Order: sequence, then C-alpha cells, then structure tokens
Amino acid sequence: MVQQKTKKGAVTAFAAAAVFLGFIILLENLSLLLPSVPNVLLPTSQLFSVLKKAAVYSLAAVSMNLLNGFTGLFSLGQAGFMLLGAYTYAILSVPVADREAVYYLYGGSAVNFSFQDMFGALFGSEGAGGALSMTLGVLVALILAGCVAAVFAYLIGLPVLRLKSDYLAIATLGFAEIIKAVFQWQALGPVTNGANMIKSFPTFSSFNVTGEGGKVVLRLSTFFPFLISMICITMICLLINSTYGRAFKAIREDETAAEAMGINLAKHKMLSFCTSAFFAGISGALFAMFVTNAQARVFTTTMTYEILLIVVIGGIGSISGSIIATFLYVACSEWWLRFLDNEVVLSSGMKLPFLRSGFRMVVFSVVVMIVVLFFRKGIMGDRELPDLFKKRAGKEAAGK
Amino acid sequence: MLKIENLHVAYGGIQALRGISLEVPDGKIVTLIGANGAGKSTTLRTVTGLVKAASGSIQWNGGELLGKSIDRIISEGIAMSPEGRRVFPNLTVLENLKLGAYLRRDKAEIAKDLQWVYALFPRLKERDWQLAGTLSGGEQQMLAVGRALMSRPKLLLMDEPSLGLAPLVVQDIFSIIREINKQGVTILLIEQNANMALKIADLAYVLETGNITMSGTGAELLANDKVKEAYLGKHKS
Repeated sequence: MVQQKTKKGAVTAFAAAAVFLGFIILLENLSLLLPSVPNVLLPTSQLFSVLKKAAVYSLAAVSMNLLNGFTGLFSLGQAGFMLLGAYTYAILSVPVADREAVYYLYGGSAVNFSFQDMFGALFGSEGAGGALSMTLGVLVALILAGCVAAVFAYLIGLPVLRLKSDYLAIATLGFAEIIKAVFQWQALGPVTNGANMIKSFPTFSSFNVTGEGGKVVLRLSTFFPFLISMICITMICLLINSTYGRAFKAIREDETAAEAMGINLAKHKMLSFCTSAFFAGISGALFAMFVTNAQARVFTTTMTYEILLIVVIGGIGSISGSIIATFLYVACSEWWLRFLDNEVVLSSGMKLPFLRSGFRMVVFSVVVMIVVLFFRKGIMGDRELPDLFKKRAGKEAAGK
Repeated sequence: MLKIENLHVAYGGIQALRGISLEVPDGKIVTLIGANGAGKSTTLRTVTGLVKAASGSIQWNGGELLGKSIDRIISEGIAMSPEGRRVFPNLTVLENLKLGAYLRRDKAEIAKDLQWVYALFPRLKERDWQLAGTLSGGEQQMLAVGRALMSRPKLLLMDEPSLGLAPLVVQDIFSIIREINKQGVTILLIEQNANMALKIADLAYVLETGNITMSGTGAELLANDKVKEAYLGKHKS
C-alpha cells in the first residue's frame, strides 16, 4: 500500500519535472516559433538571465540547506566550495587551442588538457560529434568540479567539524577567504591564471543548437542549467528522505539523543558536509558558465550571505522553500525592482524623489526585512510543497 | 547478563563512580536508586558508551563493552531511553520511532516491531504523524521508551522515566515497564521515585556518592529501615 503510494508519487513527480522542463524549452524558443513575441520573451530579455541565475543559485541554496537546515551545521563556506567548483570546471574545460590566449600573461597554461578535446578525439569535433563531445566534456567536468569541492570539504572537515555552531561558521568562513586568496596567488598563475579571469570555456549558450551560417535553430541555454539543477536537487531530496536524511535531522535536533540511537556523529556530519560541498561545487561550475568566466574575486563572503539569506527566507529545512525563495530573490534583486534605478523626470520638469541608481537595493533590503518579519520561519517553514496538501488530509483523518 | 565490575568513572578530577560492581540477570527488572549526583546516570551512560570509564569492566553476555563504540554496543542489543526523554521535537512520532531502528536493516522485522510498539502504546499510533514536540510529557516518555524498543534490545536502560510526570501517568509508565519485561526484555531502571521503582524491581542497588552501599531484592530494600529513612521519606517510629 505504502509502496504503491510512493511509486505513484515518484511517477507524478517525474511527469511534473518533464512537463516543467518542456515548458522551459518552449518558453525560450517562442521567439523562434512565433513571428512576433512580446519583448519579455526575446532571448536578450532579463527573464532568461534571471531564470538561469536562479537555477544555479537554487542548487547552491539547496546544498547549503542540506548542511545548515537539515544537519544543523552552521557553515559559511559555500562561496569557497563554489569557487573550487568553478575553477575546476574552468581549468578542465578551456579548449587547448584557446589556452594560449587565456593564459597569455603566463605564457600558456600548465594544464594542456580539456575534456572537450579528449572526447573530441573520440567523436570528432565537428557537427553532431562536436556537440556530443562538448556535452560530455561539460558533464564530466561538472562532476569533477563537485568531486574536488567534496575532497577539500573532507580535508577541512576533519579538524573543523569538531567545532559547533558559531565556531564552525567562523572556521568555514575563514576557509572560504583563504581559498579565494590562494587562487589569486601569482605563483599558481599557470594553473589558475592568477587574479585574471579564465574564460573561453563552454557556457550555457554553447548548448544552443545552431543551423547553417551560425543561426540558432533551437535554444537550450536556459534548459541546461534547469536540467542539471533539477537532477542534483532530486538527488539531495532522495538523500534527505533516506535513513541518512533522518539521521541528519536527528543530529540537528539533539546530538546526544542521536548518538544514543547509534548514529555515528562524526561520520554523518562528514557525509553531510561533503555532499553539500559536492553540490556547491557543481553550482559554482554552473555559475562560472552563467557569467561566462571564472574569477576568484566574485566568490565573496557576500555571495555566501546572499545564499544564506535565500535559505532563511525560504525556510530553514525546506527544499521547496529554498527553490521558491531563490526565484523570488533573484527576480526581485535583478529584474522586478530595476525601474527604481532609473530617474524619472515628470513633464513639469520635476524629478521624482528617491528614484536614482542604487535606490533599488534600498527598497530590496526593506522588502527582505518585511518578509523576515512576517514570515518568522521563512516562506515555507520546514514544510515542503506537497505537505501543504497532505496536512489537510492528516487533519481530516484526526477529525474522525 | 550484564555484569559491571569495579567500575571507576571520573569527570575531569571529580570521581563520579568509585568502583561499583553490580549484576543485571537476564529477564529481570533491576533498579538503581540514589540521591542526585550519586552516579546513577553516569552508570547508564558508561554502559552505552556515551561516557568513557577510567577503569573496571562491563561484561555483556561474556563480552567486554568498555572501549567499544556506541553503535557497536547498541547493535549488541542494549538500548537506552535517556533522562529527560530527549525525543526529536521537530520530527514526527513515526520518524522518531524509525530512528530507534537506525542500525537495523531488516525492513520486514522493523515493521513488525513498529506494530509491537504501537500495541504497547496505542497513543503513539493515534499520533504517529504529529511532531514529537507537540506531545504531552507522558506521551513523550512513551515515545522515548518506544524509540528505544525499536532497536529490539535485550537490555533496556531507563533513565528516570518518571521525571516530571503526574502520579497517574507515572503509574501507567511503570505498568508498561512491567509489561515490556514480561515480554522478555531485561530492564535496568534508574529512579528517584524509589518507592515505585522498588515495588516493581526484582533486584535493587542503592548508590551513594559513587559507591554501592546496599543491595537486595526490591521487597527487602522496601522494608529496610535505612532505605525507608533516606529514600522513602519515612521516619523510624
């Protein structure tokens, strides 16, 4: 009975995901299908930039939630792990032919290898074979990006996970800063390109299918980050709903009692820390694809706080909350409030007060404060989207 | 059978246990009574491995427990319902119970044991979807005991199950303890409520500042003048 229910639930979820991904593809291709579309649906519209960034950030937020919300380990190393992922991806993905140009300050790269070229040697680098080797190269590099972040997490976790709450936060924050400094170090230039950015690697728009003369015939640049994020978030969901997930929650609730249940604290904390770092690494790599370059300077503490804010607004311990909050947050900060930055001059020649560049962030901060005041436990609390329907059924059963 | 011999435990420089020895025979209810700070909880916590001993030995069915990790000890059939209940407040009753079976992998047997726990505590079944933090104190205590039983222990260690509960609820809990014991689980019970504990105990030990000062059957100690005076609040007449 229960088995059937979960099976049915899985099928429903899978169908919903497929429909949603189909909708994304349709949305970004409308401008190709229809002769004329509203401005908002043009490929240059803010809408797609927001969707892509939100897809990337939602993975970062969910991976942070796994650690902070579900396991109760307050870590602020997110940007550091994202940086590791971004650089791993970038270093392993720049085509060998472009390396000279990217690393010109250091007279070429120390790593003369890219997955794209490796697969290119197998499948050819033109046409369909080229597309296949590019896709495979990106996927392998993404997975390695996660692995590198996870390995670093393991090494840092050995000493750091003995700390609790605030101390853990400070230690991980310090790690993120150190990593940032190390990657900008001149001596590592041939590998990391020093303080300069690494670019020319495959980005989201590399996934647009082009026809003759370089004309785009099918856009997949928004679909790709959605697909990767969805797969990763699904994996995190499965982990959380497994016995491991229950153990994580038990550790969050009461460490001593969890230990008395036979849960190995050190092992599970490490597992959660590494898994979180793994997916943070992937989201960092996706972020590099989104901004089309990898640069240590952008993975600041502010980025960690941004993601932390999203997790808190969405609800600590709610995956769907994190996702919803990411889309609202990114749309609000990048798009919906844009008009506040433009000066408006009335016909009488008077300027509207306050409206000027930078005012957007003021309003945005106020919006965030209002949200936090009225939703004390975030938008979703610790519930998930399906719970909103399930709760009612439970109450009815109790009413009988 | 659990056999503790000459067990010493210290927290920093403070000696909590000064060489206690006691036995918990299979199938019995054994109780350890004593005042605050006598070392009762320390004894239990040392058996489950939450606290490290300085010296001595704890034999469980012939094997040494000291030095083993907690998960090993629990998978050998020892479970604890901790002091102050310590249920996981933001998890549902069902999740709490499943966590009790964390170290077990046999799904069918776990489902059977879940029904067993529900039969012992029908209240938990009614409330299995509720968050444990919203249960009453008595229900939380039932949950803590049920959770411990989910690992299907041969020996159940109970740390002050009557703490902070109304007298009627305490009676319920004690009758359930007796029921669990009848179904074959050995019980080591720690209590401040010496009267109730001695009444159901087959064997009892009195612990004073880290030493065992008296032992005997429950009935013997109930009738003992010293115990009466010190723990049952009855003066010599």
